[in-house]
Amino acid sequence: MQFMLLFSRQGKLRLQKWYVPLSDKEKKKITRELVQTVLARKPKMCSFLEWRDLKIVYKRYASLYFCCAIEDQDNELITLEIIHRYVELLDKYFGSVCELDIIFNFEKAYFILDEFLLGGEAQETSKKNVLKAIEQADLLQEVRPALTEIKI
Amino acid sequence: MPAVSKGDGMRGLAVFISDIRNCKSKESEVKRINKELANIRSKFKGDKALDGYSKKKYVCKLLFIFLLGHDIDFGHMEAVNLLSSNKYTEKQIGYLFISVLVNSNSDLIRLINNAIKNDLASRNSTFMNLALHCIANVGSREMAEAFASEIPRILVAGDTMDSVKQSAALCLLRLNRTSPDLVPMGEWTARVVHLLNDQHLGVVTAATSLITTLAQKSPDDFKTSVSLAVARLSRIVTSASIDLQDYTYYFVAAPWLSVKLLRLLQCYPPPEDTSLRSRLTECLETILNKAQEPPKSKKVQHSNAKNAVLFEAIALIIHHDSEPNLLVRACNQLGQFLQHRETNLRYLALESMCTLASSEFSHEAVKTHIETVINALKTERDVSVRQRAVDLLYAMCDRSNSKQIVAEMLSYLETADYSIREEIVLKVAILAEKYAVDYTWYVDTILNLIRIAGDYVSEEVWYRVIQIVINRDDVQGYAAKTVFEALQAPACHENLVKVGGYILGEFGNLIAGDPRSSPLVQFNLLHSKFHLCSVPTRALLLSAYIKFINLFPEVKGTIQDVLRSDSQLRNADVELQQRAVEYLRLSCIASTDILATVLEEMPPFPERESSILAKLKKKKGSSKLFVCKNNGIIYENQLLQIGLKSEYRQNLGRMYVFYGNKTSTQFLSFSTSVTLQLNVQEKPVDPLIEAGAQVQQILNIECVSDFSDAPILNIQFRYGGTLQNIAVKLPVMLNKFFQPTEMTSQDFFQRWKQLGAPQQEVQKIFKAKNQMDTDVSKAKLLGFGVALLDGVDPNPANFVGAGIIHTKTTQVGCLLRLEPNTQAQMYRLTLRTSKESVSQRLVELLSEQF
Repeated sequence: MQFMLLFSRQGKLRLQKWYVPLSDKEKKKITRELVQTVLARKPKMCSFLEWRDLKIVYKRYASLYFCCAIEDQDNELITLEIIHRYVELLDKYFGSVCELDIIFNFEKAYFILDEFLLGGEAQETSKKNVLKAIEQADLLQEVRPALTEIKI
Repeated sequence: MPAVSKGDGMRGLAVFISDIRNCKSKESEVKRINKELANIRSKFKGDKALDGYSKKKYVCKLLFIFLLGHDIDFGHMEAVNLLSSNKYTEKQIGYLFISVLVNSNSDLIRLINNAIKNDLASRNSTFMNLALHCIANVGSREMAEAFASEIPRILVAGDTMDSVKQSAALCLLRLNRTSPDLVPMGEWTARVVHLLNDQHLGVVTAATSLITTLAQKSPDDFKTSVSLAVARLSRIVTSASIDLQDYTYYFVAAPWLSVKLLRLLQCYPPPEDTSLRSRLTECLETILNKAQEPPKSKKVQHSNAKNAVLFEAIALIIHHDSEPNLLVRACNQLGQFLQHRETNLRYLALESMCTLASSEFSHEAVKTHIETVINALKTERDVSVRQRAVDLLYAMCDRSNSKQIVAEMLSYLETADYSIREEIVLKVAILAEKYAVDYTWYVDTILNLIRIAGDYVSEEVWYRVIQIVINRDDVQGYAAKTVFEALQAPACHENLVKVGGYILGEFGNLIAGDPRSSPLVQFNLLHSKFHLCSVPTRALLLSAYIKFINLFPEVKGTIQDVLRSDSQLRNADVELQQRAVEYLRLSCIASTDILATVLEEMPPFPERESSILAKLKKKKGSSKLFVCKNNGIIYENQLLQIGLKSEYRQNLGRMYVFYGNKTSTQFLSFSTSVTLQLNVQEKPVDPLIEAGAQVQQILNIECVSDFSDAPILNIQFRYGGTLQNIAVKLPVMLNKFFQPTEMTSQDFFQRWKQLGAPQQEVQKIFKAKNQMDTDVSKAKLLGFGVALLDGVDPNPANFVGAGIIHTKTTQVGCLLRLEPNTQAQMYRLTLRTSKESVSQRLVELLSEQF
């Protein structure tokens, strides 16, 4: 996978994960163009399209579009299910996830994504294992050192 | 309402985000952001040392602001500081910040790498994973240099935890993608292959992706993965759904892993070992069989996962191209999907069939679906699906159905999306030429293309039709007649005027006998379009007029009157004025014999590979530029792939040429020869290349003196029964023998003055073809072979460089100056060397790169 974008119906970007090195300028340009292209698609159209020399796989969940750019030899259907699995993970973690969760807890969305995909490839496809890893990390958060900061 | 955050709340962040969302306008948003930035800046600079929690909060706010789309130019230091915290959340935010806002400051990089090193050595799996994720997310060269040898060790160590192995595998994959030269093969490769047998399926999944990438770089090192992959796939495909538990997805057994294993197998030819081969075939048959079974669930996730595996299995079957039974079954399955009610499946079936169409075994089977595909072209509402149908028609076209397919594509062109018209035009032009038995059909097709989509008919297309008409006596009369009739239309496209003007100029005599197309009628017809056309077309028409004077003395007077008119002789355009003046003069003073000789019919064009095909390839794939780099693929067709690796030192070069046989048949009598201006010594190449194999040839190159033409590599071999001839330009350009030379600015100016004679300097002003980016330009200049000199040019935006061209006989010192003008999107390039031809050639080569 080259990159994944999450954006609203108004074109507001909620998450951007890039798996290839690109300048900030290029990222902004790609985002602008691709968001426009996907938003222009009608509901009954298929979930795939060719864009530049990439394949785009996208799916809409409530108010959010999940959009992935994959290479020519990559499998479109499995990418659709990568998107679905990511949504399932978010849903389990936040308890019935909605766009606001991703806005206010954006850093968590990135952390969850990293446990599932790394370098653009799925690293762990067991839902249980991914959630376990995230919960473990959350537990670490809870542990505050017994000593509080000593102020002089 | 935002869900209650698990763990650390960061209230301040939530409030800030709320504020931003409540801003009614862009201005108020910017105002609020600037206020916050000022606040954070002061907190960071403040006397009191910030506690970890606050630092984390502010760094997170900065991250949020950046992701909104605003530029952030501080906070990196604080983020790096967070890395050394022993609180997980603080580390986590620190890593996230530096992965998103990648900074190239070398001090920061050193600190970051240190923090990563510590976390990798910590033996705490959560910290190790954080560090590995960061490396995988950033994947910079500096990180590759620091960690590329450490990570394989972590990956194969016995005591590494499973989750860390997964992260390490994909981290290595990322590093290999961005810096393949820094990931050396070694003892660890065998152990990575062994990971395919691991108990933990997550580890197997990650390892499979890694092996697939590495196998493309060094297939031999990972050959042994094939049997392990087949075994694993076989176990998955035949397992009961309870076996794989967590890795079963909506009743489909380990779909992601299955797809990855099938991808891995596509890196290799079909297994030679017969039992392995039959086990794989069994596997593929099982997958194909499952597609016919009733679904275990109505959910779309179930069918998507199941079909994902099916499509990848079909891709493998097509790649192997060796089991006719499997190929036919695959074709039938795809045929079923072509009429499925789900659009996604119809789209994918069309895409997959395209690849299938190029297989010898299945080409005929694919053709049987032509009516379905044509129907798709006419009735599909989704333009992406229609486009796939076009691609498939193009792929399945052969002599038996070319007329039908071209007709359908032309009719589709009438209503096609503007963004895809040029590609369809190119494809129709290629098919019409390739399958023309009767060239009148070809001429009709091209003229139709111009009529329907004239704006998208590029030069290559109409040059070609003229070339073909010139070369074929039998179609010249027909072409003249057809073009004449087409020009009668009240509004005809300018490209038609160009083609018509040229053809009537050459062959108008063939229809001049008929009073309806007498010379005067022809001339009036062309001239009626004159004032509507652009300058280049008018120039072409003027040439047609002088040809008419030669062909038809009876209209000489009329044409001369036109040439003599003020609008021609005093035309504002230099080219038009010149042509009018010269043609007029020619017609007055030349005797009929001389005129006839000068304006003799054009001789046939030499047969050359169609530039249309080249243009289509360029549109589709990336065109590799070799001026500034030395490795890559220089040629590829269905049979053969030619790759290159080259090294240069002073006036000598060594080129390793790799020839890959992409087919399942041997190449026999394989031989090569090089024509050129340099000294090239070829080591002989093996005359037999096995199916799917790659052989290497070494070429030693010596630059004797400066040169401007690239050497040509001629290849000949027998494939099946036919003799193949291929000629490829070798990317050996003068700048390959260019070595960078450092010098002080005093030296530079002294030499610059010494090379002040007019022949020694060549300057070119040109428009930028690509985005003007300082770093990219620097990289291109360095790749070209120049030493960039700092502080020489008073204007810091300009580039100044120096180098030496090494030839056997002499060395030519070269000085260079590149001045970008970003406002005008132009460059001025100046080269000063002691040899004019060198200055000229270097300017030519370099100006193309910007």
